[in-house]
Amino acid sequence: MKIAVLIKQVPDTTSKIAVSAGMVDESSINKWSISPYDEYALESALRLKDSESAELVAITCGPSRAVKALTEAAAVGADSLIHIVVDGGLMDSTQVQSLLAAAVKHAGAGVVLCGKQAADTNGGSTGPGIARTLGFACVGMVSEVNVDGGSFVATRAGPSGLEVVEVSAPCLFTFDKGTNELRRPNVRGIMMAKKKEVEAISASDLGVDIGESAVRVESHSSPPVKPPGQKFEGADSVSVVVGKLREEANVI
Amino acid sequence: MKVIIIAETSGKSLHPVTSQLVGAACSIGGEATILCPGGIGVEEAAAISGALKVISVEGGCFETYDCGAWAEALGALANADMVMGVASPTGRELVAGVAAMRGIPVLQDVTSLAEGISVTRPIYSGKAIESSIVTIPCAITLRANTFVAAGNDGSAEISTVNQNTDVAVAIKEALAKATERLDVSDADIVISGGRGMGDPANFSHLFELADLIGGAVGASRAAVDTWGEIPHSMQVGQTGKTVTPSLYIAVGISGAIQHLAGMRTSRYIVAINKDPDAPIFGVADYGIVSTWEEAVPVLKDELAKMVSN
Repeated sequence: MKIAVLIKQVPDTTSKIAVSAGMVDESSINKWSISPYDEYALESALRLKDSESAELVAITCGPSRAVKALTEAAAVGADSLIHIVVDGGLMDSTQVQSLLAAAVKHAGAGVVLCGKQAADTNGGSTGPGIARTLGFACVGMVSEVNVDGGSFVATRAGPSGLEVVEVSAPCLFTFDKGTNELRRPNVRGIMMAKKKEVEAISASDLGVDIGESAVRVESHSSPPVKPPGQKFEGADSVSVVVGKLREEANVI
Repeated sequence: MKVIIIAETSGKSLHPVTSQLVGAACSIGGEATILCPGGIGVEEAAAISGALKVISVEGGCFETYDCGAWAEALGALANADMVMGVASPTGRELVAGVAAMRGIPVLQDVTSLAEGISVTRPIYSGKAIESSIVTIPCAITLRANTFVAAGNDGSAEISTVNQNTDVAVAIKEALAKATERLDVSDADIVISGGRGMGDPANFSHLFELADLIGGAVGASRAAVDTWGEIPHSMQVGQTGKTVTPSLYIAVGISGAIQHLAGMRTSRYIVAINKDPDAPIFGVADYGIVSTWEEAVPVLKDELAKMVSN
């Protein structure tokens, strides 16, 4: 069995995002990390690999800095690494999905795990889109997945509540926050990962013509700054604040 | 411009947010057709002002939720300039699936929409706002409670289409029913607790407050990570939910940047924290420097007094 985990490198969630000349200034971001939900997908993929002696391929699509995310995945146990090299210009969902779907096919994986959404674009389109493109079954909002006989059993937060569902390969799971604690790399893992080969491939290597983006970003801006609020000392001020919520703000 | 709207459902009825989608579609000159998955909420959908047609999409595939099967059934009817849904977990998946099926781009969690097609959406969980132009045909999901809802004096034409797509995801066991309590993303008032609450059992005080004024209870990442009793579904922030209620009350939350990202666009923010230097006060309209143990009982009394009047 070959499992693919899709990971995206994003600004660490503790990073401040600065806007300069109408665009987010990437050079001001001090730390890049694997997107949090992708980390849960990676952890579950590693558990599947351990229990099924499966082969795990980590795939990312991004500029050259994104290689680090693959190396981090290798340090905890990913067997092979694929970097779809793009120059960093904005791609629309169709373009990203066609590249990632082609890479999954190229890797020969029949099971795909990824985060439910990335911490930068906050979309959540990639997983279901790729599943649809590849004709894989799709299970979203998953917190845990295990193999049961010839099929997969996953816990998901569905529209009617928390459910255990069963699905067969080929299939794709998008991860919510998982129930498994994330493993941290050990020194040996980190050393081995540095030597691990990364397969760098382009759109044309994958035989994909991504065409033009249908989305053009006009500008980025910082969220409006709120004027300073009113501050009160002590629990006695609660009644004052409740009064203001009713009279001034009119929200209760 | 033809707009296909995928209705949002809640149990066996239409979720009222569907009216906001119709309102948004009409605001850019869209001719709205509403698809009701599984035939749920058809009558209510037909009454939304501005909706031209309602299609009850029925079939065995709608008995349980399978994103792929639903997207295929709905996507076959979504030949339009724009496909629109709600940026809920299910809405995002369905619209992304339909968009991939039709080979059109999708933009999620849109907070403003104008002809052109010009959209804005928060990125990095609200640490920045992105304005972009997208060509049609395209698909978008809209953030709940950011668009004006259409009225309810409509009389759209109703038709029924049977779709039988293959279901690949089988439900083996229901572990917990979707909570009856209001979800933080739907609520107009959210009361969130942080690690400053000291013990997960103390969240019961927040639930009492929420019940008094019809709000939902949220939590900071620190609280969710520290206490297994506080589920991730309550988490507000960059790795949880982004909320935009009219009133957000943060209790015992220091205000880490990830948390601020998820709630800073709330209309009014009240912070209760014993540390006068807590960053949460930087975004609060009304800050109360106090322990929650002292402030929450007073708040409960004040709100109870207000409700009984």
